Amino acid sequence: MELLLLILIGILYATGIFMMLRRSMVKLLIGLILLGNGANMLIFLLGGITRGKPPIIGETDKVLTGVYADPVPQSLILTAIVISFGLQAFAIVLLKRVHALIQTDDLNDLNTPDTSI
Amino acid sequence: MTDRYLILPIIGHMFTAVLLIFFWRKVNTQRIISVLGSLAVMGLSVGLFIKTYRAGYLTMQAGNWQAPFGITFVADVFSSTMILLTGFTGLAVCVYSTVGISRQRIQYGFFPIFHFLLLGLNGAFLAGDIFNLYVWFEVIIISSFVLMTLGGRKPQVEGGIKYVTLNLLASVMFLTAIAILYGLTGSLNMADLSLKMSAIPNKGLVEITGLLFFIGFGIKSAVFPLYFWLPSSYHTPPSAIAAIFGGLLTKVGIYALIRVYTLIFVPDPFTKQVFLVIASLTLLTGAFGALTKRNMRMMFSYLIVCHIGFLLGGIGMYTRLALAGTVFYLVHDIIVKTNLFLVSGLIYKIRGTMNMDELGGMYEDYPRLSLLFSVVFFSLVGIPPLSGFWPKIYLFRETFTTGAWYLLAAMIIASLVTLYVMAKMWGDVFWKKGQEMENKLTDDFSGMNWKKRGMLITPVVFLAVLSLYIGFFAQRINVLSERIANDLLHPEPYIQAVLGADAVKTPQSE
Repeated sequence: MELLLLILIGILYATGIFMMLRRSMVKLLIGLILLGNGANMLIFLLGGITRGKPPIIGETDKVLTGVYADPVPQSLILTAIVISFGLQAFAIVLLKRVHALIQTDDLNDLNTPDTSI
Repeated sequence: MTDRYLILPIIGHMFTAVLLIFFWRKVNTQRIISVLGSLAVMGLSVGLFIKTYRAGYLTMQAGNWQAPFGITFVADVFSSTMILLTGFTGLAVCVYSTVGISRQRIQYGFFPIFHFLLLGLNGAFLAGDIFNLYVWFEVIIISSFVLMTLGGRKPQVEGGIKYVTLNLLASVMFLTAIAILYGLTGSLNMADLSLKMSAIPNKGLVEITGLLFFIGFGIKSAVFPLYFWLPSSYHTPPSAIAAIFGGLLTKVGIYALIRVYTLIFVPDPFTKQVFLVIASLTLLTGAFGALTKRNMRMMFSYLIVCHIGFLLGGIGMYTRLALAGTVFYLVHDIIVKTNLFLVSGLIYKIRGTMNMDELGGMYEDYPRLSLLFSVVFFSLVGIPPLSGFWPKIYLFRETFTTGAWYLLAAMIIASLVTLYVMAKMWGDVFWKKGQEMENKLTDDFSGMNWKKRGMLITPVVFLAVLSLYIGFFAQRINVLSERIANDLLHPEPYIQAVLGADAVKTPQSE
């Protein structure tokens, strides 16, 4: 399972960065989303994977005993997902706005601020 | 010492921002509430600064969940100094933007977002938990995205794309580094991490994690290979927004870098070398970039990049005096860079252009204003006794003790180029004969009544007085920054303040 996740994370990071380096705005956006997901999976993996042992204290116990899943990475991912969702929504709106203004998908045409005096 | 009130600078901005949302369409009410809110937060920041200066360390455990399990807020002298500076510049920019930001932008929610930005900054300075720091960074960037693109003119959104992309990438890097850090130690509390890091056997992985943090913060603070988003976006929004960005947003990256590299990681010779080389290249590229630009605000953007090199060089040298120099430079730079962009906004209001070829004759038309501006410009250059001079003494001296000759060379070239571009700009904008009347664009400034003019000029005067204070009472800032540097290099009291008095004495091999 760890190995599988590891490969998946590698693929997500690699494709994410590859897509960001393309000239199309849509591909840039896809790259950002893939990278964000890759980071979330990485947190999940590095928190340690435990199968079928939720961190819930039993009715008779006072504290958690034995092996249990670490709840912290899951709450971290939850936070990160919410944040990246908001940021991606903003990025989509921004790209749509830019597309409406300059009528192209090519990032190379975005040089008004650099060339204007 | 536990202090429940240390998060008041955060709460103050949150309260103001929420209050402002209720007055969405009422421009004048928003202006008044925003200024009052900034004033109140500045008062709270001063209070916090005095308290931490006396007590040393204040901590607050959110929800009374004890560290390292809960979220900790820590105020030491460094973070409260940063909050104090945020308070000062926040107030100045807030007053300026009551007139400097157009009515339409205010109706689209400029002021609430502005306070959310300051809220995020104050939060980042107080965070004692690395993931909490990440969340505050996200608060900062989402607010800055909105401010950057508010109004939606073509150059703004085009610059916005670069800004958004690079900052999102920086966040992913930051998150990746946090994930690896959590995998290594199983903790997120910075004080706890500080104890656990030294026990990790795999030093190579620790170093790589540290460098991932460096990349993340490096993008945010615009260091050498990762800076190009800054000059292509910072000159596009209105000057008041560019002022808060230029003054504080890049510096919060440097703050986080100092925090992480003194508390969690301790740079080894290789990392120091990386820092020094990158600092030198940042200094040179920023300086040469500034040489090529004829637009005032683009030139100032490159100067931000250039002067980040001084800060990074100080961290790279990593001696007590070098860190003191970095902190001093940070104090000076926040005030002066903010003021620089406010001044460029005033010039734009007066002349209607930023192009130095078209500007001219400012000294002839506005002699007293020009005198005021000269204080700002020459503080930036660091002509003694103005504020930029003193931190450079530390930094230059420490290059001798650490033997970083190339950094010294880069610093001297960068200072010289800064002097050159500022002098050239002064000659072009102020002393050169003004353009013919028919070429002159509309003068918004002289049509204003004295109240509006006052709202634009008072913040510039306020920040200029602060930078004069830094220059003429440099001894006090010296004492402050040496104390901060001392705190940074000896994190034991910080750890004890967060985790309890017996945390440091426990053997770390357990």
